[in-house]
Amino acid sequence: MPKAKIPRKSTNIDMTAMCDVAFLLLTFFMLATKFKPEEPVVVKTPSSISEIPLPDVDIMLLTVDKTGRIFFSIDNKIKRKALIEDVNKAKNLNLSEEEMNSFAIGASIGIKFDQLKSFLHLSPLEQTEVEKSAPGIPVDSTVLSPDNELAQWIKSGRNTNPRLRICIKADGDAAYPKVQNIIKTLEGYKIFRFNLITNLKAVPEGTAAYAEKHSTASAK
Amino acid sequence: MAEMDTSSGGGHKKGPGVKKGKKLSTRVDLTPMVDLGFLLITFFMFTTTLAKPKTMEINMPFKDKNLKDEEKNKLKASAAMTILLSKNHRIYYYEGIGDDPENTPELKATTFKAKGGIRDAIIKKKEMVAGMKRAGTLTAKDEAMILIKPDTTSTYSDLVNMLDEMSINDVKVYAIIDISEIEQGFIQETESANNSQ
Repeated sequence: MPKAKIPRKSTNIDMTAMCDVAFLLLTFFMLATKFKPEEPVVVKTPSSISEIPLPDVDIMLLTVDKTGRIFFSIDNKIKRKALIEDVNKAKNLNLSEEEMNSFAIGASIGIKFDQLKSFLHLSPLEQTEVEKSAPGIPVDSTVLSPDNELAQWIKSGRNTNPRLRICIKADGDAAYPKVQNIIKTLEGYKIFRFNLITNLKAVPEGTAAYAEKHSTASAK
Repeated sequence: MAEMDTSSGGGHKKGPGVKKGKKLSTRVDLTPMVDLGFLLITFFMFTTTLAKPKTMEINMPFKDKNLKDEEKNKLKASAAMTILLSKNHRIYYYEGIGDDPENTPELKATTFKAKGGIRDAIIKKKEMVAGMKRAGTLTAKDEAMILIKPDTTSTYSDLVNMLDEMSINDVKVYAIIDISEIEQGFIQETESANNSQ
């Protein structure tokens, strides 16, 4: 009996289609991505139903971690340079051009002014390492107190960019008095409007906000 | 698809004397490229932040010494409710603004839980104010007013949750105010009374 000849099929699979898909997804992620900003500390923000997105530019970010350490940062490199020049002049820190450049490309700051010079000498990697154990920017409930270094940062920040929107990103477990000091400092500069960064949570059913949200949604 | 027929058999026969050129396969193995593609996808997926953080806008009461008396007059005690945030996410609230140290308001303790918590108390207060508006004891301009006074033992999440309750329950007038020593006394009294029971 003659054997039935089974045609040999190639085990090669055409990868072209798969490759297409892979690169399509890759393109999507590359375009849609926004890198996580460098953060010195882990902050778990509380949730709220607020849906206002955080603006991308012109923000001054005050980060407060669980233990109440305060970190300060603004977004734009050029503005950062101007900021550190302003701080340098106001506080007579004697920073060199190089050190100021180091600040401009760096992330957030959480140390006292008197340590700033030596801090900016470090490489970016060492800086992140130091930041982890940094004491945070000292703050006080009154603006005029010389210990209130955050006040100087805020003042210089607003000098360099008056449109800065102030955002407080605090950990849910941070003690209220720490946040209160920041709010008091802001009030000292007559800043009564600022943003708190939160996560999004669903609107609970059967409440006024829920009714409103659904009535506007159905009206559309 | 993107392959070319490279098999020598089956094709038409070339004429005599035509040299057969060595045919190289034009087929490229794309597997490593796919590997690379997916590796990069994984990288981008892990580094990306798709859920953008949201913000909450708050307006603190405008603090100006010249304004204060006028502002105070606007505040009607009957439309107001004071909420004290205390330790362990506990909340104490009372009707009115608690400006009378002689007459201790009755503090009620509650929590942030969805049912029977502070939300119900706020809704009740709003209904009460609406009722008083209908009865004519309050003018149409008056709104339920909530004063949030976080104690030093409270955490930031308490404050945010409380502000969130304001937007959840559509409370239009509210303010964050520093807690007074009298009110800290209220909390202590209530706590010790609860402990002795």
